[in-house]
This record gives sequence, C-alpha cells and structure tokens, in this order.
Amino acid sequence: MSTNLKKETLATRILGSDGAVSVLVVLLGFLVGTILVGMVGRNPLNMYKAILQALSGYNIDNGRMNVRYIGETLNYSVPFILCGFSMAFAARAGLFNIGGEGQYIMGMTVAQIIGLLGPAVTGLHWILAITGAMVVGAFWGGIVGILKAKFEVSEVVSTIMLNYVALYLSRIISLQLPGATTYKTANYPDTALLNNPFFRTITNNSMLNNGFFLMIIAVVVYWFIMEKTNLGFGLRATGFNREAARCSGIPVVKSIAISMAIAGAFAGLAGGIVALGSFRYGRVLSGMDNYGFNGIAVALVGNNTALGTMLAGALFGLLKNSQALMQSKQIPKEITFIIQGLIVVFIALRAAIALYFAWRSKRQLQKEVLKK
Amino acid sequence: MEHAIEMIGITKTFPGVIANDNVTLEVASQEVHALLGENGAGKSTLMSILFGAYNADSGTIRIHGNEVDIKDPNVATELGIGMVHQHFKLVHNYTVTENIVLGMEPKNRLGVLDIRQAEKRVAKLSDMYGLRVDPTELVENITVGAQQRVEILKTLYRNAKIIIFDEPTAVLTPQEIDELIEIIRRLKAEGKTILLITHKLKEIKAVADRCTVLRRGKYIGTVDVSTATEQHLAEMMVGRAVQFEIEKQPAQIGDVVLSVRNLSVADGLGNLKLKDFSVDVHRGEIVGIAGVDGNGQTELLYGLSGLSPVVQGTILLDGNDITHATIRRRIELGLGHIPEDRQRHGLVSDFTISENSVLKNYYKAPFSKKYGILDYEKIDADAEDLIEQFDIRAGRGVGTIAGSLSGGNQQKVIVAREIHLSPHVLLVAQPTRGLDVGAIEYIRHRIIAERDKGRAILLVSFELDEIMNLCDRIATISKGAVVGIFEQHEVTEREIGMMMMAGAKSDGGEA
Amino acid sequence: MAEQEAVAEGGVEKMSTLIGMIPSILMIVSPILITAIGGMICEKSGVVNIALEGLMGIGACAAASAHVLMEAAGVGMPSIWLSLGIGALIGATFSAIHAVAAINLNADQTISGTGINLLADGVTIFAAQILFRADRTREFRMGMQTDALGIYPTAYIALAVVAIAWFVLYKLPFGMHLRACGEHPHAADSVGINVKKIRYIAVLSSGLLAGLAGGCIVLTQTIQYTSNTINGRGFIALAAVSFGRWRPAGVAFAAFLFGTAQAFAIIANNFPALRVLPTEVFNILPYVVTLVALVMFSGKNYAPRANGKPYIKGAS
Repeated sequence: MSTNLKKETLATRILGSDGAVSVLVVLLGFLVGTILVGMVGRNPLNMYKAILQALSGYNIDNGRMNVRYIGETLNYSVPFILCGFSMAFAARAGLFNIGGEGQYIMGMTVAQIIGLLGPAVTGLHWILAITGAMVVGAFWGGIVGILKAKFEVSEVVSTIMLNYVALYLSRIISLQLPGATTYKTANYPDTALLNNPFFRTITNNSMLNNGFFLMIIAVVVYWFIMEKTNLGFGLRATGFNREAARCSGIPVVKSIAISMAIAGAFAGLAGGIVALGSFRYGRVLSGMDNYGFNGIAVALVGNNTALGTMLAGALFGLLKNSQALMQSKQIPKEITFIIQGLIVVFIALRAAIALYFAWRSKRQLQKEVLKK
Repeated sequence: MEHAIEMIGITKTFPGVIANDNVTLEVASQEVHALLGENGAGKSTLMSILFGAYNADSGTIRIHGNEVDIKDPNVATELGIGMVHQHFKLVHNYTVTENIVLGMEPKNRLGVLDIRQAEKRVAKLSDMYGLRVDPTELVENITVGAQQRVEILKTLYRNAKIIIFDEPTAVLTPQEIDELIEIIRRLKAEGKTILLITHKLKEIKAVADRCTVLRRGKYIGTVDVSTATEQHLAEMMVGRAVQFEIEKQPAQIGDVVLSVRNLSVADGLGNLKLKDFSVDVHRGEIVGIAGVDGNGQTELLYGLSGLSPVVQGTILLDGNDITHATIRRRIELGLGHIPEDRQRHGLVSDFTISENSVLKNYYKAPFSKKYGILDYEKIDADAEDLIEQFDIRAGRGVGTIAGSLSGGNQQKVIVAREIHLSPHVLLVAQPTRGLDVGAIEYIRHRIIAERDKGRAILLVSFELDEIMNLCDRIATISKGAVVGIFEQHEVTEREIGMMMMAGAKSDGGEA
Repeated sequence: MAEQEAVAEGGVEKMSTLIGMIPSILMIVSPILITAIGGMICEKSGVVNIALEGLMGIGACAAASAHVLMEAAGVGMPSIWLSLGIGALIGATFSAIHAVAAINLNADQTISGTGINLLADGVTIFAAQILFRADRTREFRMGMQTDALGIYPTAYIALAVVAIAWFVLYKLPFGMHLRACGEHPHAADSVGINVKKIRYIAVLSSGLLAGLAGGCIVLTQTIQYTSNTINGRGFIALAAVSFGRWRPAGVAFAAFLFGTAQAFAIIANNFPALRVLPTEVFNILPYVVTLVALVMFSGKNYAPRANGKPYIKGAS
C-alpha cells in the first residue's frame, strides 16, 4: 500500500549520516565561539593559533617547534576518551550516565590511597592501584544502575548527587592520608607511577605515560564487548527497547546494573590514570576536574561509537591543552567550555536533520503526485 | 437532498505514502454514512482532514454548500464538526466534566474556573441525549463504554451538528455495541449527521444508510446499505473474494500441557486485575479467552509469560512449576509468546530481522560460540530461512531494520521466531490487530497449522469472530474471573456477550 | 535529634536558638523552592528541564554582575531589585534555547538540558573574564538586607511564587490547559489548545524562576559569583519536583526538607557536639538526604504522563 518514492542519492546519504552531523556540529560550535570572541573585542585568530600550537607544537608567531605540546595533547586526551566511553557504554544500554565525574573522582581517590599505602613492588603496585580504581568506579556506577533498575530512581538525579558525595568523600579521605596538606598528599613511591621514560624523551618531557596504552586496551575491550559478545547484544537490546528485551528473557535489571558498572569502571580508570600518570603526588580536590562532564559531550559527538568517541576525545584534549596558550593571548580559556556546551546543544540538530529529510521527501512526493 | 458534507478531490501525502489519492466523499444531511476500508486504506486520514487535525495537500471541502478551509480543530468545531476518536483523547486524571469542557471552560467574572457551572451543563446535556455519565467521576475510573459517552458529550457540548465516529466498536461488548447503535439512531433523530468509520460489516448493515468504500487511498464507490450484501462490501473493501470462515480439521486433543490454577495477578498500580483464574490447555487445541479489553486478559498473559509477578496461584508447564520462574526459564521450558503490543514487547525496532529472530536464544549454541562470542553467520543464515518460509517482505533481506517493515511483516517476524523455537505452549494475544486482510488470513492459517502439529495454544482476542472462528474451547473472562468455559460449538456469540458483561463495573451515573 | 538535645541541655535557651535558625533555613530554602516550582511548571506541561542548574548559574552571574556595576555607578537601593529582575530575564532568555530544541526540534530533552548546563559553566566565567578580568565577578559591597525579623525578602518572594503557581495551575483555564499538555497533549490539541505555545511559556517560566533564584542566592548568601556558587542546587530542586510528586504543596515540602539539610552546616555550628565533625560531612548531607529520599519515596507513577516526550502532531 505504501508507495515509497524517496530517492536516496549517495550525497544525501553521506550528508545525512551521523558522522557528518558530528563534524557539522563541531564546526558550528567553533563558528559561534569565534563570533563570540570577536564580539567581545578579542582576536579570534589567536584562538586558532593557540589550537594549532597545541596540536602540532608549531608556534606560528615565532616559527619554533616544540613537540612537548603534541605529547600533552595526547596525554590530556586519555581521560576525555575514557570518560567518553563511560558515557557511551551506558548510552548504548539506554542510560544517561552523567555520574562519570563521581566515578572518576572515586577512581582517582582509591588509586591515590593504594599508590601511597600499597605494597611498593615493581609492576604489582601500579596494577593494583589501577585495578582498585576500576573496581571502585564500577561500584560507584553499579549503585546508580541498581537504583534505576530496581527502584526506578532517575539516573539523572542520582548520578549528580553521587558526584558531590564523591567529591566531599574524596576530600575527607585524602586529608587523612600521610603527609597531606590542604591541596596535595605526600609523594608516591616510584613503583606506583605510570610514567614512561621513552615517551618523555621523544616528546621533550611531556607527561605522556603508560596510561595511553591502557586507554587503547580499554577502547578495544569496549568495541569487542559491545559488538561481538552475548553481553553486548543483551545490553544493546535493553538500550533500544527495554520492555522487548525483558519479554525475550534478557535479564534487564542485571543488564542495567552491569552496564552502569562497566561504564563506571571506564571513568574510574580515567581517574586512576590521572592520579598516577602525570604527577608524583596525589591531590586533595577542591573542585571537580570536569573530565566526567566533558565525557558526555565526547560521547555525544562521537555518537557512542568506538572510533568517533576516540576522535572526539582527542579533540577535547586538544582544546584543553590550548587553554593556557589562549589565556596568554588574552582569550579567556572558558571559550573552550562554551564551544563544548554549544556542541552538545547543537547535537539536538540530529533530530532536526531527521525532520528536514522527512520534510524534503514529503515535498518530493507532493511534486510527483501533482504531476499525475 | 442537500449535502451536509462534500469532500472533493482530496489528496494527502505523508513521507513515502499517499494516504488519500484524489478521494471524493458526499454525505447527505441527517444520514448515517459509513466509511469502510481496511487498516491503512485512508479512512482515518480523510476524517482527520475533515476534523482539521491534518491539512489536505489539495482538494475542496464544502459544508452545507459553503466552501470552507478547515485549518485546525478549532475551525472544525466552529463549523459544527465533532469527532469521537478511536483512541480516546481524554486526560486520565481529570474528571468527566473537566474533560468535556477542556478548551471551553466556563469562567466567573474574575476569570477563575467555574467547575460547578460546568457540572450543571454536563448533567443537562447528558439527560437531553440519554448519555449516562457521572460528571464528578475521574475518567480513569469509569468503563470504556462510559468513556466513549464522554467523548460523544465533548462534541455535543460544542454544538456539533456533524459527528464522526472513528472505529467506535473496537472496544465494546456486544451489548454496549447495541447501546451505541441506539445512541446513533437517537442522534440522527435529533438532526445530527453521522459519519461512521469502520471495518465491521455487521455494524454497517445495522445502522448505516449509505456506505463509501476506500481501498489503498483511493475511492472505490458508494453504495446503498440496504441493498448491498456483506459479501459485496467485503469484496469492494479488499478487491477480491474474501474467505470469511477458516476451514479446519477437528482437533486432535492430547494431554494437558499448561495448567493454570487460581491465578491472581495485579496491574502496574497494584490493583488485583486477575482473580482466581483457572484453565487447562491441552496439546493440539486452541483455547480462546473472550472478553472486553481491561478485564484481566493483559494481566493473565503477563502473569503467564513472566512480565508481571504472580500474587497467588500456580502455573504448571509440562508438569514444571513456573509460577515464579524467570522469563528466560519459561522460554527455555517451552513457553512461546506472541505479544499483544508488537512494538513494545515483540520487536526491537532498531535491530535487524536477524537480531530480532534470535532475541530469545542468542546466548545458546549455535548462535553463541565459546566465551560468549556471537556467530553472526549462523544467525543470518537461520534468519534467511525464516524469511523464505514465512514469506516476509523485507527490502534489505535479513539486514533490514525491523522498524521499517510494514505491520504485517513485523508480525510475521515475531510469529516466525516464536514458531521456530518449537514451543510446547504458545500464548497468542491479538495476533491480527492492525493488519490488512492478506496478513490476517496468513496468520490465522499459521495458528491453525501449529495447533494441528500438536502445540497447545492460548488465544486472547477482543474480536469475537476471531475467537469463534479459530478456537476449540472458549473461556469468557469478566472482571478478572472466569465466567464460563465451553466447547466452541456449544455456545453462541450472544451468549458469550452476556457472559462478558457479567459482573461488569459501575457504568457511571444511573441518574 | 536537634530538638531533643535542645530539651536535654536546658530548654529555653536552645529552643530560641532553634527558632533563631529559621531565618537561615528560609534563606537557603527559598532559592531551591523558587527553582523547584519553575521546574514543576515546566514538567507539568510535558517538558523535562535538567538545565535548572545552569539557568540558576546564569541568573546568579547576571545579577551579581549587574549589581556590582550598578553599585559602582551609584545606583542606590533599587539596584538589588533591578539585578534580580535582570537575573530572571537572562535566565528566561537562555531557557529559550532549551525551548526551541525540545519543542520545535524534538530534541532529546536530557541532552539539550545537559548542553545548557555545560554552556552556562562557560558563559558565566567567560563573561566574568571579559567584564572583571577574573574568573569570578567582582565583590559587591552590600547585598540584600533582611527585615525586622531577620528574614530576607526572598522568603516572601518564594511564598508568593508557590501561591501564584498554585492559583494559576488549578484555578485558571490556562492552568488546566497546561496540565492537559503534560498528561495527554493529543487530547489538548484536539480541543484546540496550542500545545507548543503553552510549553514555550512553561519552559520560559522555569528559566525566569531559575534565574531569579540564582539571583536570590548570590544576593543573600555571598558577595560574588564563582563557579561554586550554585553547586548542585539546581539538581536538588529537580529532585524536589519528583519527590514532591509534581504538586505545589509536595514540592514546597521537599524543597524545605532538602534546604534544611543544606542549612545544617550553619545549624551545626550552634551545637558543640556537632562542631567537631569536619565540614565536609555537612557538605555531603544535602546530597545524601536527597538521594535517600528519592530511593525511599520515588514515585515515577506520579509524573505527568507525557513528560519528556516531544509532541508530534497526528502521531496518535
């Protein structure tokens, strides 16, 4: 009965694809950001110079090259990508995990504890710390999953509450650690660190460390679980249509709890890597690092896919690395937050684009029908 | 005879679909005019245009000879056109009065709502037209029949002269249908023009004067109901000769496979909807549950399938007690389920046909290899078989996204999956709802075929002819309890209708 | 509990301390209550608004900036009220973004709300950088003054907001239309109600109220706007809407409960036994209380039926 007259040209399909939407959204975010910078009387060109330098190490003003910037950009990308995967994993299972921040903080805190108090055995020490970070992250995420699945508590509110609980809990615990001041703890033993001397040399002393490899492993694990296993199948079904999954025998409560736990583990891992990778000592947090919140934007831009999330995370890492440079050129570093916020708002375009295409095919149909 | 309504050359398209293709409709004043067509023929669309919910792409509309542009429901209301919707547009936690006056509320001098005034007006209208309702009752607490009367009162409150009824009998018992027919006759006597959208031939013969038939968006013809036969109407509707009765072999009944004893199940809000229900289903028979929607059938199916917990009672499947078993366990023990709501429970619309076909057994060999890794090749090959066997029309084969399939093909995917799992017991709910005649015939034949293979089938349907046609034994349910279980040949539709009404809940305002 | 201690430690003095804490409690409850009512109105029309946090921030920043600038320009007393108004208006303006995304573009309302929160984080400090060359607004000298009882005017504003909201929602035809849009937008549409227009009004109202509340916070509880000023209160307000089952009285009660938990840090200072605990314990309290309350009393069945679903004509 339905006469399908919509002609799908190749161009239409590429333009309508999710990847294109993401690129479009990012460009729009930058465009508005540029206009905003111009409107307040600063030179937008400086913003791009800073970004270029952060990306390639090349300082356009004096022609000098410093590869340290490349290392730092890659290093900053790691927590963004991991927090992005945290959000993406939960999203594929139908959950909105804005608790990445809290899971990250708990991971960081536990990593710090084990880093300072754990057995100073080479190899074992940092593995224990990182594993602890992932486990507590999983726990922090799992609670949210159970609250949602069993008690129908909205994960939007429960995750935010747990974020703040994590922050203050982290402070209470960190202040008790040996040698802690109001903003840092004592130094870690070497065995707890993730630093990588090879990276240091080739990137002119940036902080790029073994966390980078852990991130790659995590990405592969994400992709594998999601696309190739039973578990991933059940999670995806639950995410798309929870009731149909339940009716088909898929254990939905368990699935939701597991996916939040795995999502939490990703964010906890990010926290652990930041704790032990870049600095020689732990931190007593006075505010949130915001990797968790930015992970939301990363996953949205990356459309919850493995490759997309990695690219989006790298973009955000780049923006973060360029902040200090921007500030030195009189561009308030908050412009990067604004661009990120705009990108998330513009993701709403996805739905609008679907509307646009529906409107177009209706117009086309009308023309064909009236021709008869 | 002046025409009350003239819709000339109406065309309306949606993305990918021509819903109305140059349709013309002429309705005389004070007649009951039926609009007949299959699901998807374009009847609802045409009426939505008349009511202002949609705007036609091209064509003219004349009311009592004057050309009009019905931009939105407000304009339609001003022209005296009212619509009694198929899916009632009532706010569940508002009272009868609030629903009727919504959008046209009486106010006092300060602009504050005057509910007392409103209730008085509603009571007056209700008396005038003999439409019994309790003005102060919450809509969610009254019967479906009463809710329909509220919908009708909504139109009368707005001084409708032309009233459109969209599939009004889908949710009514035979007795309530009789009442509705009386109401329609009375409205006609009071000078109203009635448009009746339906696919139920019996009702058209009972109350309509003339009937216009639509098929696939096109106008087929208009006939005088008194001279047309049901057979002729059906042929105009479908475009070919239609087989009404299904031929089937007498049942070969075996031993009991499903034993339900004193089952009680509550609904989502905690109210006990199924009370002390008992029934046995044998191998090789189809047992039908007849009743009006909302009398516990949903809870029965949810309790049996595992979607809702059982408050009391037992369920035995092949001797295994599955009363509190997980859904997966029940499936593994041989319980199949073709759910009532295919979008909500039957399919994951974003998944492909392949993925949907293994929703219940993806974790088992051969679809799942060592370490829980899926074998997509096997899954696809299996799904290809099903597509062929069940004649599923899918644009991109097994990789087609389920959400893009037509209703009939979606149902075929579900039926294919369930049958392929070789269940011992098959729970079937509303299997042909919303499908066109071709798909309906196919599904019904399949169900009979499974019964002939020795499966035990429990069929829930709100269409009485479907129950009478397919079932070997029929249990009638009313207010959550069994009213009677009879062999199909022992009981008539009338009798079942009486049983459905037994112990029916308060019908609102005995005045 | 606090009252028992009061009795045990010799009554009258401690009781008056407790009563003396009421102004502080009101000061903290008022902005949460105002925001929560706004959130309730928005959700009752069918639109979920998790951007309350960001909108409060924007309102707070705008009010603080306006006030300190007007103070410097020599505008006297009216400056406070003008700043509140500016905060409210800017909040409403920003909420228009969410309105367009959710109502016209059928966007995922949670995503759009999150985007505004992120945006607000950036825009507020960005504005501070441009206006004051710092990552916070400049301190103003004089905030809002309390009345003879020690109660800030914001408490009365909050009371008025609750009363007006109740009246409009339950006594005026407009309110009946709005609630219908949240329960069954197709029913509302079928009787000629303009669902999109009503939802726009609801979203903008919630933005106005959240902005107003942000202004209230900054003008009564602190001397400038920083990125820590709101600190999750927008989300606590959101929780109050759900805990209060989307009714004005319930929401008011919930806001009071959560606000009191937040005020506990101040209250605790008056009881020596509690003063030994680290401040972080009191910081955590409001969030834990909110979480526990949600778990124990979560009633998703009470949400407006069409909440969070974009309204697409004719899809029924």
